Amino acid sequence: MANDWPLWEIFIRGQHGLSHRHVGSLHAPDAEMAVLNARDVYTRRNEGVSIWVVKSEDVTASAPSRKGPMFDPSNDKTYRHPTFFDIPDEVGSM
Amino acid sequence: MYAQEVKSTGKGIKTHEEMSAEERDFQVRIDAGEKIEPKDWMPDGYRKNLVRQISQHGHSEVVGQLPEGNWITRAPTLERKAILLAKVQDEAGHGLYLYSAAETLGVSRADLIDDLLSGKAKYSSIFNYPTLNWADMGAVGWLVDGAAIVNQVALQRTSYGPYSRAMVRICKEESFHARQGFDIMMKMSSGTAAQKAMAQDALNRLWWPALMMFGPTDADSVHSAQSMAWKIKVMTNDEGRQKFVDQTIPQIEYLGLEVPDSAAKLNPKTGHYEFSDPDWAEFFEVLKGNGPCNVDRLRARNKAHDDGAWFRDGLMAHTKKQQIAAE
Repeated sequence: MANDWPLWEIFIRGQHGLSHRHVGSLHAPDAEMAVLNARDVYTRRNEGVSIWVVKSEDVTASAPSRKGPMFDPSNDKTYRHPTFFDIPDEVGSM
Repeated sequence: MYAQEVKSTGKGIKTHEEMSAEERDFQVRIDAGEKIEPKDWMPDGYRKNLVRQISQHGHSEVVGQLPEGNWITRAPTLERKAILLAKVQDEAGHGLYLYSAAETLGVSRADLIDDLLSGKAKYSSIFNYPTLNWADMGAVGWLVDGAAIVNQVALQRTSYGPYSRAMVRICKEESFHARQGFDIMMKMSSGTAAQKAMAQDALNRLWWPALMMFGPTDADSVHSAQSMAWKIKVMTNDEGRQKFVDQTIPQIEYLGLEVPDSAAKLNPKTGHYEFSDPDWAEFFEVLKGNGPCNVDRLRARNKAHDDGAWFRDGLMAHTKKQQIAAE
């Protein structure tokens, strides 16, 4: 059907100063209606203080099959973590 | 449960030796408790079983609005009416969470809805029973949503990420449903003799259909094994039913009502209740479309869909007009 409403991805900022977080998707004719529908579908119990909507077709995702090449290179750089370095106890907390 | 008739490919579960390398890697991930995400490789059968189960689950939420919607205009007080309205709105929301989870598997919303409206897709047998009076609102919330919680709490551990996340959201909301139902039952059970009799009557009528919600006995549940291996399903039908009976009989006793099964008794050795089988012939008739309300439910959904078409089309026409004006 040509008149099907497009799909939108919904992001909600919770109460506690956190980033907007993906909560799901819904269909709506336009962005304004997507925000209103998201209010009804995803915040019936005060779950949010702000809503973002993005057309699903506008999201570009990394490919799961490229998970290795994409993310493995950071695995062997353990010096990026503070625990890599031994600091003597007498130095105190750092 | 909300998906009582998920037919699999009919073949047995493959051994690791029979699997392709991809299938083996996939099964290893499932066995390790990893979640599968939409763009990950998955066997066709896994995708197909999931689409069927999630869509039947979603359709159940949507059709499940009808037996309760029946009583919104006739709730005994304004507060009860507001509560019931909020509950029914939740059911609509649950349907939407599930439809959007199903869509991540590559099916379209329009096709899912067409399958419901044409009668091709199934929904839970429970919603083909009528709600005859206000006590039924109590019994439905308490028993039907109570049974659903048993199933959905387990399904939070299902292997497909979007389905599992939808279950987490739904479970957070569902205990409101069960408690508001029990609250109605408490009120009626402690009321006049006539009110208490209504509560007992509602329990008598809905007890067996609630037990049927968990689906056929494990011995007759031919399609479960593969779904369990893939962790699409995480609890057998009989396990869920037992859990539900164990938690509900003490609640019936608290209400001062009679368990509608003279054979029901606690086995002190196992700590579990023994109980009779529901009428499985009736269950399969309802699934086939011959329950008391199958025709009414589909007619009501089709009418709502058809009556709303001009509105959905109108909003889309407005959007297109705005886009053209902006170009």
